[in-house]
Amino acid sequence: MTHENEWPLWEVFIRGQHGMSHRHVGSLHAADAEHAIRNARDVYTRRNEGVSIWVVEAAKITASSPSDKGPLFDPARDKVYRHPTFYDIPEEVGKM
Amino acid sequence: MALENPLFEFLLRQGDNALVLGHRTSEWCGVAPILEEDIALANMALDLIGQTQMWLGYAGEVEGTGRSADDLAYLRDVYDFRNLLMLEVPNGDFGRTQMRQFLFDAFQVPWLTRLQDSRDTRIAEIAAKCVKEALYHLERSSQTVIALGDGTEDSNARMAEALTFLWPYSGEMFVDDATDQAMADAGVALLPSELRGPWLETVKAVAAEACLTLPDSDYAQKGGRTGFRHTEHLGHMLAVMQTLQRSYPGATW
Repeated sequence: MTHENEWPLWEVFIRGQHGMSHRHVGSLHAADAEHAIRNARDVYTRRNEGVSIWVVEAAKITASSPSDKGPLFDPARDKVYRHPTFYDIPEEVGKM
Repeated sequence: MALENPLFEFLLRQGDNALVLGHRTSEWCGVAPILEEDIALANMALDLIGQTQMWLGYAGEVEGTGRSADDLAYLRDVYDFRNLLMLEVPNGDFGRTQMRQFLFDAFQVPWLTRLQDSRDTRIAEIAAKCVKEALYHLERSSQTVIALGDGTEDSNARMAEALTFLWPYSGEMFVDDATDQAMADAGVALLPSELRGPWLETVKAVAAEACLTLPDSDYAQKGGRTGFRHTEHLGHMLAVMQTLQRSYPGATW
């Protein structure tokens, strides 16, 4: 159910530590972008999860369609040589 | 009149402000207008209870009779509380709660900022921890006051009503007494009256953005922070807040 005067939905992305990329953590409602950042701070970072927050209005995201899954992704599935899985990564490298 | 223990008195005021506002704020838990604000209010309440532990913990040490922060929070009655009247009155609607938070935050930020220079190093350390939270609270409450004041006809009218209701209570923050003077003389704290100017500037700026007019009155309800006279509401609030200790004295986790 949506109300006519409901605040828009925002998708929230949090960067957990320096050097990592922002990760989608969920969504929330807010009146504008600044409000969304403040809400995200309270909803998603109170256990010290983040060093940076991105928010984007959900309506502004263009997503791929599930029905296009075949043509979009299948051609890559049987080309195992594209996957760098045949290498041993030294432990000192850390997260890749 | 010689003051018995002005530092203890001073610390009770710090702690009781945080405790009473923290408890009032926690009353929104589960019933706020929307989920995101519910969580934000609960966070703020927890910040304030955390601040209470530091202030009242130190108060207990200064008193020197072995009372803990919990003892001071749960085993005192109305007349022993030293919080501002503005913080003990019922929440009212969401708008009034936000307005009260804003009027208090606009004082807390410069107050705690200055307390970081206290000659009492414990106070300086506690203030340094609390001011970071107070800055966020101020950002949140001022933006909410602006959004609601500059919102719909209904929200503007409610915010104007909230301001009219709270205004006579706000003056108590700046009324100095002998305890404040003793703290200022000892280099522990500044006089609260010094902050009236900066506070008014913040409040004026936010009110202007929020399309609200400040009431034209200097009348101040007082008696909370001296413990002389609380409102009828604090007793009811404590009855809820202290119910566990009153029903099962000495109960622990």
